[in-house]
Amino acid sequence: MSLSIDDVKKVAQLARLAVTEQEAQTAHAQLSGIFGLIEEMRAVDTSGIEPMSHAQDVVQRLREDKVTEGNQREMFQQIAPQVESGLYLVPKVIE
Amino acid sequence: MINASLKQLSAQLAAKKISSVELTQLYLDRIAALNPGLNAYITVNPEMSLAQAREADQRIAKSGASPFTGIPLAQKDIFCAKGWLTTCGSRMLHNFISPYDAHVIAQFNNAGAVNLGKTNMDEFAMGSSNETSHYGPVKNPWDKTRVPGGSSGGTAAAVAARLCAAATGTDTGGSIRQPAALCGISGLKPTYGVCSRYGMIAFASSLDQAGPMAKSAEDLALMLNVMAGFDERDSTSLQREKEDYARDLAKPLNGLRIGLPEEFFAEGLSGDVGQAVQAAIAEYKKLGATVVDISLPNSKLSVPVYYVLAPAEASSNLSRFDGVRYGYRAPEYSDLADMYEKSRAQGFGAEVKRRILIGTYVLSHGYYDAYYIKAQKIRRLIAQDFTDAFKQCDIIMGPTAPSTAFKLGEKGDDPVQMYLSDIYTIAVNLAGLPGMSIPCGFGANAMPVGLQIIGNYFDEARMLNAAHQYQLATDWHSRAPQGI
Repeated sequence: MSLSIDDVKKVAQLARLAVTEQEAQTAHAQLSGIFGLIEEMRAVDTSGIEPMSHAQDVVQRLREDKVTEGNQREMFQQIAPQVESGLYLVPKVIE
Repeated sequence: MINASLKQLSAQLAAKKISSVELTQLYLDRIAALNPGLNAYITVNPEMSLAQAREADQRIAKSGASPFTGIPLAQKDIFCAKGWLTTCGSRMLHNFISPYDAHVIAQFNNAGAVNLGKTNMDEFAMGSSNETSHYGPVKNPWDKTRVPGGSSGGTAAAVAARLCAAATGTDTGGSIRQPAALCGISGLKPTYGVCSRYGMIAFASSLDQAGPMAKSAEDLALMLNVMAGFDERDSTSLQREKEDYARDLAKPLNGLRIGLPEEFFAEGLSGDVGQAVQAAIAEYKKLGATVVDISLPNSKLSVPVYYVLAPAEASSNLSRFDGVRYGYRAPEYSDLADMYEKSRAQGFGAEVKRRILIGTYVLSHGYYDAYYIKAQKIRRLIAQDFTDAFKQCDIIMGPTAPSTAFKLGEKGDDPVQMYLSDIYTIAVNLAGLPGMSIPCGFGANAMPVGLQIIGNYFDEARMLNAAHQYQLATDWHSRAPQGI
């Protein structure tokens, strides 16, 4: 696999990370090294093997559909970057 | 006092030979004197610690105490603790005063333990040397020019320098065991699902597990008794009978079958570490154990598999940091997308960004099967190797890390070299097995060496038994660095 600088920029955009040209170049060199390591996986025959997503063979627990958390808005908003009248403020998204 | 076991401290407190306030103040004074040179703690808050200590003293006076009432502990800064700054080693959370307690923190609060402070760590637990922390690297108390390991390096240094009675860590790929080895202390990563992940800031959710770090195996057992337990707020917390992890400590080791994986003693292991580990195995034979050669043929693939799966999970978990509800927000931005991109670019450090990029890439359209699914398939092969090995042995032993603590800055520019420091620990997380590290001697430059003990699922009591019996016969675990 060869990762291009444009791939790095595209992935950074998908991940919502601003990168400068210089950062993209550094990341490109380092990621190429890391993917060199990851490529070792290719040599392994995995036909017929079930993917393992979890260490324990468990099923998702279900709970009763009832309210378990009270309203703690004021406490939670004390640590928010910007709030007004109980609302989180972000730049305008709809004109 | 600073070298006393948890059991001894508990007895002293119960007999009122010392108060929790006095004991807490002793540690706070030590932290004030020694932490500037070690950087093991990110946050200390004497007022809050002493308030807890006063409450503990009242509880002891009313004889409603538990074995942990009044014991001063340090908490890794990955655990949310109500009213405490909880940074996870990141600029992203530089102003995050947690509004709630992690399950593990609540368990210690209920037991009456005192929180001495929050220990330094690699940013979002991503690192093996503690050099990725936004709050500066931790120094190894055995040699301040060397790393303490990571990511629970602050905890390891705090325990080694006797800046707390015991402490917590978390382990996603070796983050309890590797720093325990490099700082000459004991550390245990339980079976996945034993300790609740609620309130433990997520890195790679299918691998993350909390565990204790302490001066001895006996202390680890007592800590785990408090930390373990079902919690419905963590969907992967396991519903099991409560157990006493200290129940088998005194058992003799006659007939214990120790498996030695050939892959853990092959090329890449430095000679001094190999020698110390072999000497420990010889000690185990004297204690009545037998040794069997085993193979974990796929374990060499654990590093590449881990560096697909862990970044994939991390890229998803860390998408919550957007500068809207809490944490860092960039001072200047033009629109919403720009606010996200700048807040994340400025709030995250280089290693975290690297892993988000890897994770986003391996999960993106067209690469998902080749990387993510492929890695999950090999993960099963790695887990199966252990299942096969445990048909021939009761416990597996080997080195925790390929070398002793390296110099600060030594592996800074090469992520791949850094990733290889976890070559013996990662497979255990992928399989979800319990693993621990105990001190077993000293290598080059008089730096500590760790012996890794891997158990079968839910076999923590047996591992602790094996570690405790070794610690009764040897004194490596009671050695402390000079100048502390």
